[in-house]
Amino acid sequence: MEQQFDTSKLGMWLFIVTEILLFGGLFVGFGLMQHQYPREFIEAHEHLKQLIGGHLFPLYGSVNTIVLLISSWTMVMGVNAAQTNQQKKTVRYLVITILLACVFLGIKYVEYAHKFHDGLLPGIFYSHQSEDLIKGTHGYATFFAFYFMMTGLHGIHVVVGIVLLSWLAVRANRGDFNSEYYTPVDLVGLYWHVVDMIWIYLFPLYYLIS
Amino acid sequence: MEPVVTRSARIGDRPRPKKNYLNETRGVWSWMTTVDHKRIGIMYLVGTLSAFLLGGIFALLVRLTLLTPAHKLFGMQVTAETYNRFFTLHGAIMVFLFIIPSIPGSLTNFVLPLMLGAKDVAFPRLNLASFYLWVVGAVMAISSMIIGAVDTGWTFYTPYSTTTSGTVTLMTAAVFVLGFSSIFTGLNFIATVHKLRAPGMGWFDMPLFVWSMYSTALIQILATPVLGITLVLLMLERVFQIGIFDSRIGGDPVLFQHFFWFYSHPAVYIMILPGMAIISELIPTFSRKTIFGYRAMAYASVSLALVSFIVWGHHMFVAGQSQLATVIFSALTFLVAIPSGVKVFNWLTTMYQGNISLETPMLYAISFLMLFAIGGLTGIFLGTLSTDVHLTDTYFVVAHFHYVMMGSTVTAFIGGLYYWWPKMTGRMYAERWGQVTAVIWFIGFNATFLPQFILGSRGMPRRYYNYLDQFQPLHAFSTVGSWIIGLSLFMTAAVLLASLRKPADAPDNPWGGTTLEWQTSSPPITHNFEEQPVLENEPYDYRPKAVTH
Amino acid sequence: MMPPQGSEFAKEIDFVYMSLFWLSVALFLMIAIPAVYFAWRYRYRPGRVTPHQTHNTLLEVIWTVGPLLLCVGIFFWGLNGWMKYEVAPGESMEISVTAKQWLWQFEYPDGSRTINDIHVPVNKPVKFTMTSEDVLHDFYVPDMRVKHDIIPGRYTQIWFTPTVLGPHNFTCAEYCGKDHSGMHGILTVDNDTDFAKWMETGGTEWEDYFNGKDPKKTPADWGKITYERVGCNSCHTTDGTKSKGPSWKGVYGSMVQLNNGMSVLADEAYIRESMMNPQAKVVKGFDPIMPTFQGLLKPNQQNGLVAYIESLK
Repeated sequence: MEQQFDTSKLGMWLFIVTEILLFGGLFVGFGLMQHQYPREFIEAHEHLKQLIGGHLFPLYGSVNTIVLLISSWTMVMGVNAAQTNQQKKTVRYLVITILLACVFLGIKYVEYAHKFHDGLLPGIFYSHQSEDLIKGTHGYATFFAFYFMMTGLHGIHVVVGIVLLSWLAVRANRGDFNSEYYTPVDLVGLYWHVVDMIWIYLFPLYYLIS
Repeated sequence: MEPVVTRSARIGDRPRPKKNYLNETRGVWSWMTTVDHKRIGIMYLVGTLSAFLLGGIFALLVRLTLLTPAHKLFGMQVTAETYNRFFTLHGAIMVFLFIIPSIPGSLTNFVLPLMLGAKDVAFPRLNLASFYLWVVGAVMAISSMIIGAVDTGWTFYTPYSTTTSGTVTLMTAAVFVLGFSSIFTGLNFIATVHKLRAPGMGWFDMPLFVWSMYSTALIQILATPVLGITLVLLMLERVFQIGIFDSRIGGDPVLFQHFFWFYSHPAVYIMILPGMAIISELIPTFSRKTIFGYRAMAYASVSLALVSFIVWGHHMFVAGQSQLATVIFSALTFLVAIPSGVKVFNWLTTMYQGNISLETPMLYAISFLMLFAIGGLTGIFLGTLSTDVHLTDTYFVVAHFHYVMMGSTVTAFIGGLYYWWPKMTGRMYAERWGQVTAVIWFIGFNATFLPQFILGSRGMPRRYYNYLDQFQPLHAFSTVGSWIIGLSLFMTAAVLLASLRKPADAPDNPWGGTTLEWQTSSPPITHNFEEQPVLENEPYDYRPKAVTH
Repeated sequence: MMPPQGSEFAKEIDFVYMSLFWLSVALFLMIAIPAVYFAWRYRYRPGRVTPHQTHNTLLEVIWTVGPLLLCVGIFFWGLNGWMKYEVAPGESMEISVTAKQWLWQFEYPDGSRTINDIHVPVNKPVKFTMTSEDVLHDFYVPDMRVKHDIIPGRYTQIWFTPTVLGPHNFTCAEYCGKDHSGMHGILTVDNDTDFAKWMETGGTEWEDYFNGKDPKKTPADWGKITYERVGCNSCHTTDGTKSKGPSWKGVYGSMVQLNNGMSVLADEAYIRESMMNPQAKVVKGFDPIMPTFQGLLKPNQQNGLVAYIESLK
């Protein structure tokens, strides 16, 4: 059993390495484009912020960051509960993690909706016109192309995470996990932490630069 | 020379088990839902060899079109567009549907757990999932060929690939799926090697086959995701024109090449390392002598894998990358020649003072040594900056990569197929005929590709449908060579398939191999070994032992 | 094994190539001969015991360090040659190149332009500054041993000093679509007198087709050569098949339907206007995509084309 647990964990870590390389390519691409359009990229960042009390502040981004961080904590608590034979607690923490993930997606939906409304779209669909953005340059269209690609790919991973967490919650409710066997909870926990960690890199890159 | 086959097992005579992995459960459904690495290996074998046939047909069509400047194929005119599709599909099928998945999916899947004394791989269900991903990717790729076909070349360079019509998006999506099949296979093998070795088998007791496959798996999980994201970016560029690779909307076509080759150069080591893995088994076995320089071979495998990541720019010396990058990539490229050379010298020294028999697998192994030497040496012409300017994008490159991908990897694959055929099927093939296929293969391969070096040096560009009259004799010679290759492969298929009509009475260890797969029956039982094997010997130990039981 | 040497680079590159060739032959024999010899010399004998040779440190060091030193040497040798490619001499004549699917457009310093057919003076360095209008292309002149990709949205450069008079082939060496293998041309190296004549009138070759001396060389024949060389054939057929542009078969002297509903007579004036101002009259059923050949066709070429089209009745 122990060998199996160790092996599964190794497998999950190897998979995580591939995910890092997958996103890594996008980070590199973003960096190269930022180098090419420094001014436009910095200006475009402002559109990811919201006007709070007269100042531009990345409200949605920050809330999402806090939401994901809390969800990582609830995930850890869930793994711990599974490890210590507390079935009801396990289910509870998993469900809370799922709810937090849904809140994350909900806020993302609101953000995306605003962008669509303002015409801040990737590539040829870019159509935003306002005096602080120069229409027709490629820098903004490219920025938003990367924005949607990277947050979109991350979002897909969050959705996959919700599916995995739901499956876990169902199994936990059935009593599948105990201190002898909680491997799936542990592995999905690992996956969820990576999803959170990738957001921790995305957040400053997109929301905090000004 | 009489073929020499030790027809008795080395460790006593074991009664042949009635039930083995092939017949224990029956029916198509039992195969489709299997998690047995051996059955999955057989399914991969059938799948990837079918892809090889399809890719080979396209190759024959390419060469037939080039036979004369008239471009007539069986009386019909071949247009430039059709020809462009021929070579694109030949390349894409061969690279993504055949070479990358074939040895890892088929022979390695079958043999690796046996060599480690394990029951199966670390994640058997993931193994099956990898296979089905391959199937899905294959279906998508073939659909893209039927629906509209692709004419971008297997390298999909932008901006042609982002603006041309054709089913580029579907084909790149297929490759994306195939990439995940490759990643999961690599992931599985790494976990297996780390965790499932038999008691007593430390890292430096493993067969070298495992070391090379482990190195391959490292590349699979580190490089393939980058291909994945490159293809996603390509698809998004095509569909949404996001502006990363197309200069008209602010992108950089050369950036695509950097992204693409960052995967595709390590990918060619995903192709050659498994071939080298097989050779490291064939040569000691048929020389009946321990492998020379075990540690050096192990380190050479891993260093090839790692260095392969830092040389990708040698595909782009005239592509418009910076001069500094060009210089650095050329220097690093020479570095990667050294471990390859070390391996060849070690294999040769293994043969020295050996006790060598020339059965079919060994004939293919010796062919490998010579063909890989040519492939590797011609790489030097291309890594050298001044000569590369003249030779890149010509037939010289085409000849070079066929010598390493086909002359080396495929040669080793065929040799490995003959070698492990009795283990996988329980039947011995007709040895004489097998040897004949090896000779015809060697002749046909050189006849096809040696002239192409000359075509390239004389200035014939690649992917060319028209050519100057002066090139016609060499093209014709090359085309006839391709028919000889076809003959050899057809014969190999016949030899191997014919053996299946005989009863399954192959010995456990027909070749006298020292690795653990030969200590179980041919074919093996479903859970591989009757009892957990415990390793007691050094690897490749041919010193005579006192028989104690 | 190499093409004829056409530039100063060629001699050096060929020397490196041939040296690498003989080195490779030697190394290949060093591998192939032992492989075959050992297979024979140590062929199977039942009962023979093989020595347990696991390693030999000296040998392994030699065959690791030896090739490494060889590689370092070859690398620097290649680098040395390559550096010459990278810096064009200051006095080079600069020709700008625009590559597009599937023809080559060249422009000289004095503004005169040519398509697919280019002349350069012997023994003088010439520098090509290149860009593409669509996809990747590559300018490759085998005899001169030069090659470089041509990238849209950027300029790349290539230079050489031609040393051998006469025609030299050049081709596109980066796959660019349907007619990639049709995208080639002739680079002719002239002595100073011929080059000067070329710059003035478009060369001397055409004269033989207009002086009536050879019945096989008529202006229409020159028109056919021009049709192929200048790239008209990438959009116009001569057998009636519709391509990107209308076929020339039977056009001369016929009534042509335009896209604005009018009909015009395709006389000589119409043909000439189509070459110089193609957007003025667009034939019905075709897109207005023909580029203008103003400044690109010398008078002799225009006359030849008119004669050729007339001959296709």
